[in-house]
Amino acid sequence: MSIVVPDNNKPMKRNGFRFDIKTWGPFIALIALAILGVLINSAFLGADNLSNMLTRSAFIGIIAVGATFVITAGGLDLSVGSMAAFIAGVMIILMNGLVEQFGVGITTVLFGIGASLILGMGAGFINGVVTTKGKIEAFIVTLGTMGIYRSLVTYLADGGTLTLDWNVRDVYRPVYYESLLGIPIPVWVFLLVALVGYVLLNYTRFGRYCFAIGSNEKVAEYSAIHVDRVKTLTYVLQGVCVSLATIIYVPRLGSASAATGVLWELEAIAAVIIGGTVLKGGHGRIWGTVVGAIMLTMIGNILNLTDAISNYLNGTVQGIIIIVAVYLQRASWKKNNV
Amino acid sequence: MMSAPPIRLQGHRISRSFGGNQVLFDVDLTLHAGEVHALLGENGAGKSTLVRILSGYLPPSSGEIKVSGEPRRFRSSGEAEADGVVMIHQELALAEQLTVEENMFLGRELRRGLFLDRRAMRARCREALVELETEIDPATRVKDLSTSDQQMVEIAKAVTRDVRVLIMDEPTASLTEREVQILFSLVSRLRKKGVAILYISHKLREIEQIADRVTVLRDGHLIDTGLAEGRSKEDLARLMVGREINEMYPARSSVASDAPIVLEARNIEVPGAVRLASFTLRRGEVLGFGGVVGAGRTALCEAILGLRQRRSGEVLRNGKSVSFRHLRDAVRYRIAYLTEDRKGKGLVLNMGLRPNLTLLNLRAYCHPLISRQREAQAYAEAAKRFDIRLRTDVSTAGELSGGNQQKLLLAKVMSIDPEIVIINEPTRGIDVGTKQEIYRFIRDLTESGCSVILISSEMSELIGLSHRVAVMCAGVLTGVLEGDEVNEQEIMQYASGIKGVGVNEHRRA
Repeated sequence: MSIVVPDNNKPMKRNGFRFDIKTWGPFIALIALAILGVLINSAFLGADNLSNMLTRSAFIGIIAVGATFVITAGGLDLSVGSMAAFIAGVMIILMNGLVEQFGVGITTVLFGIGASLILGMGAGFINGVVTTKGKIEAFIVTLGTMGIYRSLVTYLADGGTLTLDWNVRDVYRPVYYESLLGIPIPVWVFLLVALVGYVLLNYTRFGRYCFAIGSNEKVAEYSAIHVDRVKTLTYVLQGVCVSLATIIYVPRLGSASAATGVLWELEAIAAVIIGGTVLKGGHGRIWGTVVGAIMLTMIGNILNLTDAISNYLNGTVQGIIIIVAVYLQRASWKKNNV
Repeated sequence: MMSAPPIRLQGHRISRSFGGNQVLFDVDLTLHAGEVHALLGENGAGKSTLVRILSGYLPPSSGEIKVSGEPRRFRSSGEAEADGVVMIHQELALAEQLTVEENMFLGRELRRGLFLDRRAMRARCREALVELETEIDPATRVKDLSTSDQQMVEIAKAVTRDVRVLIMDEPTASLTEREVQILFSLVSRLRKKGVAILYISHKLREIEQIADRVTVLRDGHLIDTGLAEGRSKEDLARLMVGREINEMYPARSSVASDAPIVLEARNIEVPGAVRLASFTLRRGEVLGFGGVVGAGRTALCEAILGLRQRRSGEVLRNGKSVSFRHLRDAVRYRIAYLTEDRKGKGLVLNMGLRPNLTLLNLRAYCHPLISRQREAQAYAEAAKRFDIRLRTDVSTAGELSGGNQQKLLLAKVMSIDPEIVIINEPTRGIDVGTKQEIYRFIRDLTESGCSVILISSEMSELIGLSHRVAVMCAGVLTGVLEGDEVNEQEIMQYASGIKGVGVNEHRRA
């Protein structure tokens, strides 16, 4: 479709009404998947099942919102899963240790939450500074920190499991299990993070700079953007997201071990990519990421509700969906460039 | 006159167009065995296109190529090499991660049965390097070599082939004086062996030293060809540029003699690119920067702006010492920079036009969130002021024509409302109409009290627009020309190091 604009310097026509498969693709896929779910088992649309599913997708979803920024700015963070495990481990040790001093009240939990945020920001800052100042590829740096955090949590747990004090857990429990206005707290957090992420990415200088840097770092530099600063900030933001996800994760099981958060980084990246963000940077979409995270959980959920495909094939189905999603995006990408 | 030696390579009535744009017009070129033939011309005169055609990298639109009298139609550079026509590139074409010896035999590895004959390759490689009097170890990886060593490898690579015609496109651009002399002695040896050499250089002194025959191109036309003897450097310089300056250029605004100095650079030194350069810029003035590509003009300006590291030197803005560590600092002092590489450094090609326009001064459109409405408004104003005309629905900057891209970039740069604008090659690759608009825009700028630094490789542009012209040669600012001195011959002589200060003392990479 080509709209001919007469030569009179009108501002360009927006293509707001043009149906763009790249923007709506993930949403359509989600709806299709949901319809499939209903056909397979009517319990799929039950309030219990839906809220359960959304709650579970919150962890990956929150982390994936952070990953959207990192990837849009041309970076990558592989360390998020082990970072979450490490933060969870430190939180538990800290809260258990503070019980004597502050009792099992809210204060102890708040200390745990505060520590989580500080650790998340710190860990993200380290990833950011080492990649930008050290001029090392993000893949390598975060592969390194991924191993470091994973081994640290194993060390802290002495190879076993760290368990949160039973009484503290009682206080902390509602953060995962309670609901507000009928919607579970983790879903609220997820929603809030996504909303803030959306505004940050689309309506602030920081977000715009992420796009520019991810598209062409040189152009960003020549546009007087502090490239290193912005890139570092994306990793810090990722750290905060990991920290928030961990804060709602800890009360779920009340424990952390070397097996906590394994493969979360790949699920988060998968959610981002399914959502239409370009892996090599320059183009990111928060709502796409949210949909991607929900879709990944939904696949597992549907497989649970049916006997047609073994639940053990969850990974296979997810893998196929990821590849198909990216293939569709590329195909339409090509068309758009003609 | 003695009978001319046999002809090795001949181009007959070679023409070439890119799209609708003809860059070569019926050019003849004849290379004789055992002769060094220099090819001269300004940037954009068509030299590189011509040699790429002769060496098989590019087919001609029309015309004929003959090797030792027989017509040839090269379909690739490999076919030309099989005929003994080898080209040494201006931009190095080496595989960085491979060793010197692997590079030298890349694509024509010596083998013994199924396996590589490393010993034979190493021996031949060493031989070639010894002939160049270098101490490069054949086992070093190319990425660990200095640029001049890489250039030597490139030359050695060409020589190890059975070369009958050697084409060198600015081979000395990254060589030191000593290496240049070694290269010249190699050239004489090859000449004695009967190799025909086509030598492209901007440095007229070199031409004088080694060329037997010269050909001058201007705007894609053959201007002059013949024996080097009897053609002086000054003659050649005039032939290269001797274009009339027409009314392409608007009348210059006048600069008051007591106009304050708004920017001053003192003894700027950039490692490997600029040596102790100093200049001043007055209010309302266009200061041109002349010289060949790679003479250090861009490096000098970028070092002032905080885009490049500099080793020493001082920058004064309105008489006060300032230090820009980041381009943002320069922007704060209302200095704008228009890069020469609009696709690689100027515009985000896959982004829309409005975000591109506002990227440099985004905070002006935030309160605190980005206002799409203000962006749209700014775009509408810019489209009007800079006459950005779109015929079809364009959604990204990459889809714009070169001229519109340049206007958008200009609008982006002007969004900070600068007092000083540094403009680098503003008219590269754009059509005449847009060129003129840009010239007028530069005049308007100075009339409103802005100052402009204009880096350009187009001689006529410099002369037509600048009040003064600073000329650089090999990293040295050889002189600042004023008044009647601002003419093509003078600039060419300063740019090629015939005239000017300090060239011989600090001649370097």
